[in-house]
Amino acid sequence: MKRVSLVVTLALAAGLSAQAASAQTLKTVKDRGMLSCGVSQGLPGFSSPDDKGNWTGLDVDICRAIAAAIFNDATKIKFVPLSAKDRFTALQSGEIDVLSRNTTWTLSRDTSLGANFTGVTYYDGQGFLVKKSLKVNSALELNSASVCVQTGTTTEQNLADYFKGNNMKYEVIAFATADETVKAYESGRCDVFTSDVSQLYAERLKVANPADHVVLPEVISKEPLGPMVRHGDDQWFDVVKWTLYAMVGAEELGMTQKNIDEMAKSDKPEVKRAVGTDGNLGEQLGLTKDWMVRIVKATGNYGESFERNVGAGSKLGIARGLNNLWSKGGIQYAPPIR
Amino acid sequence: MAIEPRKPPSQLLPRLQRALGGRAGWSGFVLQLLFVAALAWISYEIVANARANLQAQRITAGFGFLANNAGFDVSQSLIPYSGSDSYTRVFVVGLLNTLLVSVIGIFFATVIGFLVALGRLSPNWLLSRIAGGYVELIRNLPLLFQILFWYLAVLAALPNPRQSISIFDSIFLSNRGLVVPKPVGQAGFEPFVVALLVAIVATIALWRYARRQLFQSGKVIKVWPYALGMIIGLPLISMLIFGIPVTWEVPVLRGFNFAGGSRLIPEFVALTLALSTYTAAFIAEIVRAGILSVHKGQMEAGSSLGLQRGSVLRLIVIPQALRVILPPLTNQYLNLTKNSSLAVAIGYPDLVSVFAGTTLSQTGQAIEIIGITMGVYLLISLVTSAIMSFYGWRISRSMGG
Repeated sequence: MKRVSLVVTLALAAGLSAQAASAQTLKTVKDRGMLSCGVSQGLPGFSSPDDKGNWTGLDVDICRAIAAAIFNDATKIKFVPLSAKDRFTALQSGEIDVLSRNTTWTLSRDTSLGANFTGVTYYDGQGFLVKKSLKVNSALELNSASVCVQTGTTTEQNLADYFKGNNMKYEVIAFATADETVKAYESGRCDVFTSDVSQLYAERLKVANPADHVVLPEVISKEPLGPMVRHGDDQWFDVVKWTLYAMVGAEELGMTQKNIDEMAKSDKPEVKRAVGTDGNLGEQLGLTKDWMVRIVKATGNYGESFERNVGAGSKLGIARGLNNLWSKGGIQYAPPIR
Repeated sequence: MAIEPRKPPSQLLPRLQRALGGRAGWSGFVLQLLFVAALAWISYEIVANARANLQAQRITAGFGFLANNAGFDVSQSLIPYSGSDSYTRVFVVGLLNTLLVSVIGIFFATVIGFLVALGRLSPNWLLSRIAGGYVELIRNLPLLFQILFWYLAVLAALPNPRQSISIFDSIFLSNRGLVVPKPVGQAGFEPFVVALLVAIVATIALWRYARRQLFQSGKVIKVWPYALGMIIGLPLISMLIFGIPVTWEVPVLRGFNFAGGSRLIPEFVALTLALSTYTAAFIAEIVRAGILSVHKGQMEAGSSLGLQRGSVLRLIVIPQALRVILPPLTNQYLNLTKNSSLAVAIGYPDLVSVFAGTTLSQTGQAIEIIGITMGVYLLISLVTSAIMSFYGWRISRSMGG
């Protein structure tokens, strides 16, 4: 881990000193013929490789959608697995074009890292996973507990705030990767494993007996997860931002992977604008007119991607909740595509 | 033969020339000057360009972040630390943890290394084979693997705190570490320490006196009865007069963990064990080579004087071997210190973990933080080799070599 971050840092120093900040990411990506996408080291539901080495997940679908919009080919992607502590350096150094790795949007990250969040792919919150045998029903009963956490996350700071705020003592053991953290939790080194709730559900699948572990009801923080791009390239920022909105917008318009060919022939004005038979919205982004068709064909709309990766259609079985469309009780909302 | 009066040659100019241009003279000097200037210019360009680009991308730069609140906690700290302290304090906490594991690791590695080397050279067949097997096994397995082995296979297999192994209900061993009673100083603490120090100093003085007597007049004085009397007696008297020096805060299981007492966390134990046993295998070979480098005539001469094997080693062989041993031994000490950064794999809060890890990803200031961390490791290494060089210099002086 240390070596990786050192290499990345040196690359950062070299990259920063050698070339001026390249402000043409879209052109670079097109010339390269490949999108470089920073993902996690394996988080089921968000970004993890299957037994054939194909990456799947909600975060992966964002990159697939971007690649589909640019190349009309969702496989032209190089996935770069990154630990929590190496992810920003990889983005700053230009090693990746977009970071789509369950990263929480905070003010300090948005301002001081030389990068921007483009939107929210998943509204999450921090929770606690404990063994059922401890007979704990609430996070407020965790006084004096040992807590395993992954280093370099907002989780570490929320944890400190929560225990301090509730006048509870605890011991924190911080590991570099999620796997090490879960292993230590499973071995009994810690009573509690804390992370974003979605991640708790995902990691619970990895332990020996998932049924022996329970996620406590308390959610102690807001964790809006989203993709990041470098500062200083507004065109690329727009492409990544509107790719997500295209997925959400497609769900609002009822465009699905199945009916997309029929929808492309639709004569409803808002659908015509979306599929590119009316106007040139895609070209305004530096893409093609049929960009949304390409995206929906590749990954489906936001709801389809959600259900397939983390929702009812997946092992995680997480309810839509906050991540439902605004019109259905959630807060996912796309600005007008027009 | 007439001797021409001759001007004393100016020493300054040739010297300067030699220092700067070597034999090549002034042209060489100019070349070197150009080279240095080019080097300076390139470094300046790199720094200036990096700074400009950081600014262009609006990545925060500089060392202002060191004063900001860290906002996260650390499992082991030698100084008082809480989440509301600054990143500077996090840095100190991490540095002290690195130094702690290095110093203790170096101590045990040296002791084990010497013992294994002596075992391997022993005429006892079984002992020498066991020592040889230890060296071959340990030094041929990757260190990270050994750290994970101690942490995940040995220490994690201990019972949980509620079923911990306890000794007299005051020492507890569990997968949360070893918890022992903590001494709390009382009124009699300072007199007790003073009495103990006095006893130790007096014992040393007595021992030196006895040695002088032995060398001058051959008179043998038995030191140990007096020493024992003083070291036990004086503190006992102080306790009778001033009261007991310490009370013990016994740990009790409260909730999930033990409250009170002092605790050795398993991460620290696993890392120290792995580092010291691993480095000891290399040290053993270095010590063995050093001892074998001393001519065997020295050993035979010692034996023919009637000295026992242990005394021959201690008085004759090892002092000579040390000159060979010290430089590679220093290397091993440096390796151990640098290897301690593998701590990050098992969550021991060393410098790399809390500073180049957590702090880096929270502030995003990779260049500054990696720069500081590299500087610190460089400094630790330089100080270690300086200490070892000083020790080597003292040895060679005392041996007249």
